[in-house]
Amino acid sequence: MAVEHRAAAPSGDQTRIHNIGYRTYDGPRLGRAYARRSLYSQSLRGAYGLGRSVKSKVLPMLLFVVMCVPAAIMVAVAVATKAKDLPLDYTRYAIVMQAVISLYVASQAPQSVSRDLRFKTVPLYFSRPIETADYVRAKYAALASALFILTAAPLAVLYVGALLAKLGFAHQTKEFAQGLVSVALLSLLFAGIGLVIAAVTPRRGFGIAAVIAVLTISYGAVSTLQAIADAQGSTGAIPWIGLFSPITLIDGVQSAFLGATSAYPGGVGPSSGEGVVHVLVTLGVIAAGYGLLMRRYQKVGL
Amino acid sequence: MIATESLSKRFPRVTALDRLSVDVGPGVTGLVGANGAGKSTLIKILLGLSPATEGRAEVLGLDVATKGAAIRERVGYMPEHDCLPPDVSATEFVVHMARMSGLPPAAARERTADTLRHVGLYEERYRPIGGYSTGMKQRVKLAQALVHDPQLVFLDEPTNGLDPVGRDEMLGLIRRVHTDFGISVLVTSHLLGELERTCDHVVVVDGGKLLRSSSTRDFTQSTTTLAIEVTDSDTHPDGTRAVRDALHARGVDIHDEGGGLPGAGHILLLTASGEETYDLVRDVVADLGLGLVRMEQRRHHISEVFRDGDEQRKEAVGHGG
Repeated sequence: MAVEHRAAAPSGDQTRIHNIGYRTYDGPRLGRAYARRSLYSQSLRGAYGLGRSVKSKVLPMLLFVVMCVPAAIMVAVAVATKAKDLPLDYTRYAIVMQAVISLYVASQAPQSVSRDLRFKTVPLYFSRPIETADYVRAKYAALASALFILTAAPLAVLYVGALLAKLGFAHQTKEFAQGLVSVALLSLLFAGIGLVIAAVTPRRGFGIAAVIAVLTISYGAVSTLQAIADAQGSTGAIPWIGLFSPITLIDGVQSAFLGATSAYPGGVGPSSGEGVVHVLVTLGVIAAGYGLLMRRYQKVGL
Repeated sequence: MIATESLSKRFPRVTALDRLSVDVGPGVTGLVGANGAGKSTLIKILLGLSPATEGRAEVLGLDVATKGAAIRERVGYMPEHDCLPPDVSATEFVVHMARMSGLPPAAARERTADTLRHVGLYEERYRPIGGYSTGMKQRVKLAQALVHDPQLVFLDEPTNGLDPVGRDEMLGLIRRVHTDFGISVLVTSHLLGELERTCDHVVVVDGGKLLRSSSTRDFTQSTTTLAIEVTDSDTHPDGTRAVRDALHARGVDIHDEGGGLPGAGHILLLTASGEETYDLVRDVVADLGLGLVRMEQRRHHISEVFRDGDEQRKEAVGHGG
């Protein structure tokens, strides 16, 4: 090596040796749970570009602003016109803004997992105390949390605005809580789908395209079929068709149980029985996403 | 440090390790074998990431089958392949890896700065890794394996892709990991020659079987070879030939001149049987009136020991007796 760091000093009673050579580490080693928490917070920050380059902050921050601005405008209108209710339900907000949410998942899911896979950083994690389950849980939780922040922040804006406009506290609080449950489910569902797709497409560009394709094509197909079913008068089929795309799935769940008006054509939401199926399918997809990620990472282990 | 007992790893089609029993003590140990000899499989098992088909192994006194997490907290691992994201700086990356090893944030930053300095990365550590040379990348890979101050590091082919100068620097660094940092090293390579200067002990595997395990001193000092170079004079236009003939006449065994090395024709290699060989050479050269340019001890290269394995081993045993 070019530079020798150890000070060569003659030993003796009066001589002090200033050893600036290698220092050992005797401090605490905080283990698995700490590593998992660190990975979670690093991934969550990364999902908004924090701790990364300026360039990678642009898109997530922009999408966050785009998510919140309509809510702010609605609130301003509601306050100014002294409206009796908000122009849009809490539960409806995410459905209306689904394109923004899809774009966010498509951009952040690949950056969260594809980099580690593509640059083969994964073995460095698994040669440490952290294990496959820790890695998958940290990444899943981080993206779901990031999505929750993205979808819950405008609801919070709406809620605060509603209170400022003095629109019945109890009613608003109940609807706000229902909205939060709905976007929490949506965050888990979208994070699972996005991560699974990103984890099998190590090239980031393909990952982005694949996530967008899956989310928009499934929604396009499902809403077209629903419209056809509606036009032909077979309204009974509409909720069942809704099972096949993530956003209509969430719509079904919240129309059945969270007091939302359905965005399905004709406003036909699922009945309670059909709603239970929607909930089960949602939870099933979330569990399947987690399972698939575990399998994927057990394979790439080392 | 490491002990394995008839460790086997069988995949459906291949046997990667076949009843491997080996003991590795503190210091720098080389694990040598051709590609596919089972080196990487062994490291995976030792990290507790892949169960052995049969047999058992211990690292730092901990059983790999049950204490994998505890082992991984105390060892470092530098993979053979590229593993660095190009868009972050070395500092950010190594800090993150230190935290993944369980170091608290402040300690992670401090250890990262120290470790990167020790592996020889200075100002460049704040730049994105994508712009680094291969040598610098290898140093970052080494730094992330050392950042949590492990008791033992596994270095998988650390000299891969380096030019001769970079190779020497990396080998020097590996040596320092043990001598200065007090961390034991298991380093794999498919090049025997590299490990001679660096390792205290060499384990050779082939086809998943243990071929040999012994200290490098055993390899290279079982015999002493003298290299001699002399001047030519008017009476003896070919001084080398004259000395060879004279020594041959006195019953000293002359080896073939050092193979294809530059100036090989002018260097005589002979086996020293003791002090008297040195005196004899001095006297012979003086009697011929030639100048003695060089008389030095040559250590055998490990590769010589392994070349024609069986024959050499017999020879080594012969010398031992």
